[in-house]
Amino acid sequence: MTRTLTLVRRRLVGSIFVLLIVVIGAFLLLEAAPGDAVDAYIVSTGGDAGMIELLRHRWGLDQSELTRLANYLWALLHLDLGRSVTFSRPIRDVILERLPTTLILMVSATALSFGLGSALGIYAGARPGSLRDRFLSVASLALYAVPGFWLGLVLIVIFAVDLRWLPIGGIETLASNKTGLDRAADIAVHLVLPVSALGFIYLALYLRMMRAGMAEAWRQDFVLAARARGLSRRRIVLAHVARNALLPLVTMLGLQSAQMLGGSVVIESVFAVPGLGRLAQEAVAARDTPLLLGIILTSAVLVILINLLVDIAYAFLDPRVGASEAGT
Amino acid sequence: MSRLRRFLHTPEAVAGAILLAVLFAMALSASLLFPGDPQAIAGPALLPPFQDWSLPLGTDRLGRDVLAELFHGARTSLAVGLAAAAAALVIGAVVGTLAGFAGGLVDEVLMRIADAFQTVPGFLLALAFVSVVGPSLGVVVAAIALGTWTGPARIARAEVLSIRERDYVAGARVIGMHPLEIAFREVLPNALPPVLAMSSVIVAAAILTEAALSFLGLGDPNRVTWGGMIAEGRTVLRTAPFLSIVPGIALVLTVLGVYLAGEGIVETTAVRRGLS
Repeated sequence: MTRTLTLVRRRLVGSIFVLLIVVIGAFLLLEAAPGDAVDAYIVSTGGDAGMIELLRHRWGLDQSELTRLANYLWALLHLDLGRSVTFSRPIRDVILERLPTTLILMVSATALSFGLGSALGIYAGARPGSLRDRFLSVASLALYAVPGFWLGLVLIVIFAVDLRWLPIGGIETLASNKTGLDRAADIAVHLVLPVSALGFIYLALYLRMMRAGMAEAWRQDFVLAARARGLSRRRIVLAHVARNALLPLVTMLGLQSAQMLGGSVVIESVFAVPGLGRLAQEAVAARDTPLLLGIILTSAVLVILINLLVDIAYAFLDPRVGASEAGT
Repeated sequence: MSRLRRFLHTPEAVAGAILLAVLFAMALSASLLFPGDPQAIAGPALLPPFQDWSLPLGTDRLGRDVLAELFHGARTSLAVGLAAAAAALVIGAVVGTLAGFAGGLVDEVLMRIADAFQTVPGFLLALAFVSVVGPSLGVVVAAIALGTWTGPARIARAEVLSIRERDYVAGARVIGMHPLEIAFREVLPNALPPVLAMSSVIVAAAILTEAALSFLGLGDPNRVTWGGMIAEGRTVLRTAPFLSIVPGIALVLTVLGVYLAGEGIVETTAVRRGLS
């Protein structure tokens, strides 16, 4: 337990520096954007030069870059991300409202890709070089080459337009006043296609990693020892070979989280899912840079937290990992 | 020669090489076979494929020749994919070499920066970057490279860490070579093979990212892109799904070709890193 605590503490301290780099970097990048929040606001509402002057002053945009960065960091310490011009609400509230949707999407897609991917990987890796192994290897490579957003459109054409089995987009049926389990079921039905589009791409990755890891594990001495002890093949595959190949996949879960978050930006746009990714796109379209900055920061924090969880899980799964080397 | 023969004996690698050859032929012949603006109106709108042989794949919502767009799109995909991957590999190799060779504070700072880049989802970063600077081919290339240089940097660093203790590096120090010269003329070239082994994965990822960016309307508006074609076809997805499906298939075949050929090369040169 102390081992895990040390690891968590060390990771958190390191993360603060990383987050600081992210904040400053993203702030400076978005500062470079032509036009500011006032310009974006005036375009939508109209107003004269005096109005622009007044708004710039009120929103603190007439101060120097450094002062504003300092102000931003200070506000950030109080978990204040500023105000969104497009939504006329605190950015934190807007993001917190959208975050759960993206989390559900990500967790479901990860469960799908990790579960099915590693299962198929075990199936392929149980008999290396066999016909099914070669087939799954090529099939997974082909799947890995598919752009997620396009897969989403194809799924829409097949299951929503032609077969009419599933809804075409959105997160739930609007104005249906469903509650409790009914509402959960409704959301689940809406999530089938986006989760498949997002999850199937990464499925290939886990399948290939599992397969490669098992090919490695077959050559280890403990497999020979297990054979010598007369264990059944099924038992050797599941308890010895697959178990050892599974650990790198757990690490991959953390590494993939950033990519999956990026992938959900496009998938949410394809399926009109009101999550963080679509919010990012809305922020880009409306030139709402403070909102975009807030989204980038939130994603960074999310990725750091997921990786921390994965590290903790790893420390529990693999007794060989000591806290001393776990941080590197 | 034996390497080439081994490459040709792997069916997957040959399939990949053929796919890539077709793609390059498409990209290079685009302006010969389809001179003029591929975004110009060529016929009636929404002409289905295989109806009129002067427009074999039909036309899109605005009456543009789908086949011509497909050929010109191959150009953009390949150009952006290769340029972004090259940029990512160069930045990665340089940063990785500096970090690994200098060690200490330089290493610490560079690797924290790499951590920061890996913490922000690459696609979100690319989205923000393009929206700030404005969509053009060069900006899209830079945006993609920004999100992908960390992988090559880490591999280059790991390689440099083992190389810098070798005898010839010590020898170079003894004869008084400048550390930067040692880093870039002696160490970097020897650290390259495992970094280059990643290139197929990086090219493939770059092509997919470019497609996703242009799908969201953040590609270069003056060029035909497959992602843009898919987005364009999406508006008539119910009536003409073909318009979105065809450029998507082109994308899949391209990325698959890059993976297969890349794996073949890596396998025959026996530098086994990359996808797994």
